[in-house]
Amino acid sequence: MEAFLSSLVSIAFHGVAYGMILYVISVGLSVTMGLMRFVNLAHGVFAMAGGYILTAGLSRFGLSFPVALTLAFFLVAAGSIVLERLLYARLYSADELEQVLFTIGLIFIAVAVAQIVFGTLQQPVVLPDYIKGQFPLFGRDFPAYRVFLIAFSTAMIAALWFGVERTRWGAMVRAAVDNRAMAQSIGINTRRLFTLTFALGSGLAGLGGALGAEIIAIQPTYPFEHLVYFLIVVSIGGLGSLRGPFIAALLIGVTDTACKYWVPQFGAFFIYVATIGLLLWRPAGLFGRRV
Amino acid sequence: MQAVGYGADPRIRWTEWLPWLAAIAVFFLLPEYLPLGARILVFILFALSLDLVLGYAGVITLGHSAFFGLGAYVAGILSAKFGITDPLLLLAAAALAAGVLGIATGAVILRTHGLTQLMLTLAIAAVCFEIANRATPITGGADGLHGIRIDPIFGAFRFDLFGRTAYVYCLIMLFCGWWLVRRIIYSPFGAALTGIRENEVRMHAIGVPVYRRLVIAYTVSAMLAGVAGALLTQTNQFVGLNVLGFEPSGELLVMLILGGVGRLYGAVVGPLVYLIAQDQLARQFPEYWYLGIGLILVLVVMFARGGILGIIDGLIARFRRPA
Amino acid sequence: MTPVLETRGLCKSFGALTVAENIDFRLEAGARHALIGPNGAGKTTFVNMLTGRLAPSAGRVLLGGEDITRLGQAARVKRGIGRTFQINTLFRNMSVLDNVALGVAERHGTGGRLWQPAMVHERVRKEAHDLLVMLGLEDDAGRRAGDLPYGKQRLVEIAIALGLKPRVLLLDEPAAGVPSIESERILGALDALPGDIAILIIDHDMDLVFRFAQRISVLVQGEVLVEGTPAEIAGNRRVHEVYLGEQRHA
Repeated sequence: MEAFLSSLVSIAFHGVAYGMILYVISVGLSVTMGLMRFVNLAHGVFAMAGGYILTAGLSRFGLSFPVALTLAFFLVAAGSIVLERLLYARLYSADELEQVLFTIGLIFIAVAVAQIVFGTLQQPVVLPDYIKGQFPLFGRDFPAYRVFLIAFSTAMIAALWFGVERTRWGAMVRAAVDNRAMAQSIGINTRRLFTLTFALGSGLAGLGGALGAEIIAIQPTYPFEHLVYFLIVVSIGGLGSLRGPFIAALLIGVTDTACKYWVPQFGAFFIYVATIGLLLWRPAGLFGRRV
Repeated sequence: MQAVGYGADPRIRWTEWLPWLAAIAVFFLLPEYLPLGARILVFILFALSLDLVLGYAGVITLGHSAFFGLGAYVAGILSAKFGITDPLLLLAAAALAAGVLGIATGAVILRTHGLTQLMLTLAIAAVCFEIANRATPITGGADGLHGIRIDPIFGAFRFDLFGRTAYVYCLIMLFCGWWLVRRIIYSPFGAALTGIRENEVRMHAIGVPVYRRLVIAYTVSAMLAGVAGALLTQTNQFVGLNVLGFEPSGELLVMLILGGVGRLYGAVVGPLVYLIAQDQLARQFPEYWYLGIGLILVLVVMFARGGILGIIDGLIARFRRPA
Repeated sequence: MTPVLETRGLCKSFGALTVAENIDFRLEAGARHALIGPNGAGKTTFVNMLTGRLAPSAGRVLLGGEDITRLGQAARVKRGIGRTFQINTLFRNMSVLDNVALGVAERHGTGGRLWQPAMVHERVRKEAHDLLVMLGLEDDAGRRAGDLPYGKQRLVEIAIALGLKPRVLLLDEPAAGVPSIESERILGALDALPGDIAILIIDHDMDLVFRFAQRISVLVQGEVLVEGTPAEIAGNRRVHEVYLGEQRHA
């Protein structure tokens, strides 16, 4: 019994850490899909980029951990602005198939570039000493890095939710998600709003990819391998919503960890089946408004 | 403008026989390329199946590999584990299995739209991949399934090492598939599919049972994809995980967009160009291959939405314009 | 006599917003009826409830005495309801002939045939062609629908609905967006519509309405304000208030 409870706690802990990372990465996708109605399958590319920036920054350039993390956020955000202005913006009015094909093309390019520059192997994450090791919590030892992950992600998420609820930017986003034509007619500069929100969402993805580099390995096939999970978080959570994907991400994080621990021979089978079931029951997601 | 519908002449134009003549010529003139040729033929059939549901009916699916892979594995498992080795029987079994999966999943996902629908196609394909990956005793897991034996066709044509039998076999099966798809496209059903893609709202308002038509199209498409998968297994006498998952679906989409979506011969040109290019270029520089494919995809979407056939159409129109 | 189309107590609310309130409406066979009302009165919502595109919150829709409230769009079309849309809803990339033929084929029951080429279905083609002749579109039969001038597209819209051989035809602003040079064409087509079809026109254009309608219903904020002959409506003070009063308040 003792062992069972212990493993439950362990699963919950690791599951929550994984879920938080999933959320930080996917929340940008939810907002931009809800805001710009653009099917961006290439979102995982930003997470991967953040991961590469962190690992390369730590091991090749000897940067400190906080610096590398900050760079991951800002460089990815900046890069995404360039991509958005040059490419994405032209396709906002294109039909769904074209958006899907375009973003798949981006994934191919990113995967190839990653492979050429960094090789096919997983990137090692050289964590600083002060974050390694064990951290005592409630009388148990937990991996310190995971504790840091959870704490840091919580802070980021709180900042994000505060930003969307309280700032003018957040109000504009919520208005435009709700009714874009209306928002435009009351003078909201949707073009700039899109770019800014896209940058924020992509930056967060980069940050999530960097933070989660230990949990979700950084390798060239990253955007393909984890695309399904990011999309599951968004479609179950509901497009354009903030809270929905959070619940969805935690659910997936914990369920995936539990399955890998207790029934590893089934792999992600249950998650996919559960996703199918949930989407059939609630096509707009748990908290979504439109399909 | 669409070439289907009530004003479209369904008779086969002489130019449509050219690809078949070319394929027969390849058999005699390029014997060392027959294995690649068989692979191209299989993917043309696979692309035709996807074009039916994506190009004509407008259903965006990223999970068509589920039917392809199911057909491939059914053929492989029946042969390796159950000793059923007659090739045509295996094709029939694959078509049946894929058809059942097609109607079961189609009935469910065709009630949804947008991201949800896309997600469901991905999830179903992911489930199939996981099952194949984990059910190692049956499917061979990550190593794939060996020990697949295929009887000579009609007892007379043995699958030889040079791929000659396989090539002719695939060519004949492709011909049947092409003929079937062509008939469907020129039929009233095909016109209805195009109407659904063009303006679903209008179709409802003229009394068309849209959902039912889509499910039928989806099931037929699934069966064809299943046959294509089984053909691949029989040709290679092996089936592995690479017939499932996102990669074959994604690659097929690229092939189709390259050739031209929503056109019968886009599904011929696309795989042909893609697989030949892949054979020649990808071996030396696999990373650059994906880079090139990605760039082409982005460029096609932004500047040449009709694919290769679209570009050709544009050139022809320019030459036909009076001086 | 049983009206061809009837609604009893039809209501529609979206949460707290009531868009249709207790609408009792009757359309007789061969009628030429118009539905008018200020913007946002709920006219298109009403039409969507008649065709089955929108389900009512309460009330019933009856076609020829049969309760069709639970039926979907396709089933209602089969029973004889046809409509045109306020904004052209055509198959832009298909030929004009195909646009009409699709509906005709569906009515004949051959729309789902997989085997025979579409071109072989002579009856469908002929009927579609005849409809185009009736509306003066026969020269455009092979043209891409999206290439036609807007006024002609509006005619195609009507042709598609006629191809369904409806008992009831709902025309949602048939001349909307059409430049005045072309609108005479459309008005002529409306005049020439078969006398046995019951027609309901939803429109703002008073000239069209008074020229065409034998009876007029006025819809205001989801409720039927008044119904009567054109003369009665023209002389009705409340109608004037609704239309002119709004301008005074603006």
